[in-house]
Amino acid sequence: MRFIEPHGHMVSRTTDDYQAMVTAGCVAVCEPAFWAGFDRSSVDGFRDYFRQITEYEPARAAKFLLPHFAWLCINPKEAEDLALAADVLAMIPEFLAKPNVLGIGEIGLNRNTRNELKVFEQHVELAVKYNQLILVHTPHLEDKLKGTRLIVDLLRSHPGVKPERVIIDHVEEHTVNLVLDRGFWAGITLYPDSKSSPPRAVDMLETSGHDRIWLNSACDWGVSDPLAVPKTAFEMRRRGHSASYVDQVLYQNPVRFLSQCPKFRLGD
Amino acid sequence: MTQPRSPRTSARLPAAAAQRAVVDHSFVPVRAKLIEVAAFLDRVERYGAAGDFRCAALRQAVKILVDGKPARARRILEQLSDPTVKPDLITSGKAALGAWQKSQSPKRAK
Repeated sequence: MRFIEPHGHMVSRTTDDYQAMVTAGCVAVCEPAFWAGFDRSSVDGFRDYFRQITEYEPARAAKFLLPHFAWLCINPKEAEDLALAADVLAMIPEFLAKPNVLGIGEIGLNRNTRNELKVFEQHVELAVKYNQLILVHTPHLEDKLKGTRLIVDLLRSHPGVKPERVIIDHVEEHTVNLVLDRGFWAGITLYPDSKSSPPRAVDMLETSGHDRIWLNSACDWGVSDPLAVPKTAFEMRRRGHSASYVDQVLYQNPVRFLSQCPKFRLGD
Repeated sequence: MTQPRSPRTSARLPAAAAQRAVVDHSFVPVRAKLIEVAAFLDRVERYGAAGDFRCAALRQAVKILVDGKPARARRILEQLSDPTVKPDLITSGKAALGAWQKSQSPKRAK
């Protein structure tokens, strides 16, 4: 079995995790910019972080033969500070030419505030201006449905956004069709306590289709499992889905989406 | 309602889907989760916390389990969701709570 981890915050993980992922069949990992668990105090904190995920982390992953890619943004949890967000947005273009950068993400909403929406829109403008792929974070728990609607409405109202170049992540049963029916890609995140479990993820694949969906662990510094994707493959096989079905969802789908960025290349 | 741009075509069960197997694989773990829900509701009553809005939301949500209609997971998630449509003017904190409470919701944008 081969799989791609399209959403892993590897700076928060250990080398044991890299080893376990590669052993389980991981052939590439993608790291969206995210919240550190605390608010950064200045734009320089983001500069250091962007250097970490575009320079240092790819080298760390390479020690385990794992190609590492990155997405850049100021995440929605820090988007209430509009001045800081403006500084970070102005800096992002410096890093877009880095060889492992795939696009802008994970942008989106956290608590569905007016400031978050403003910064989300600014990121979308940046992505369109620089012809970048977009990776969208949708809010947690009770905020997800409203936030996903706000996100989808904003994206659809922008004439420069191509839905096939946008993946909207962390969908659940109440948002997956909202995303897919409007032409976007959808990401299902597998978490032990929130978002989706492996059985629920496979339920969504069975009822909503698997053409434009990828699975990810979104493993980070919180309760999460970097092997959640291959464990979901086991759930698929146990239900009788074919090996080719598993391969399409875990490998071919992310390759199809990510290959829209010419920098996404896998070795032999 | 906007028409879908790209219809979904691959929604299907595996060819070899077995009715019995899907129960065999999941029944005991799901049974355990159901008992966890029951024990949680007992526990919050014992501690005098059953009036918490999240506990009330949970009691409402479990009714969906036995209403005999499909899409139970989707409907429970919808019932626990913020039903408003306008962005909030200010944030109420970084973390969501799992259920929506009208009285603590910040003022909405016009």
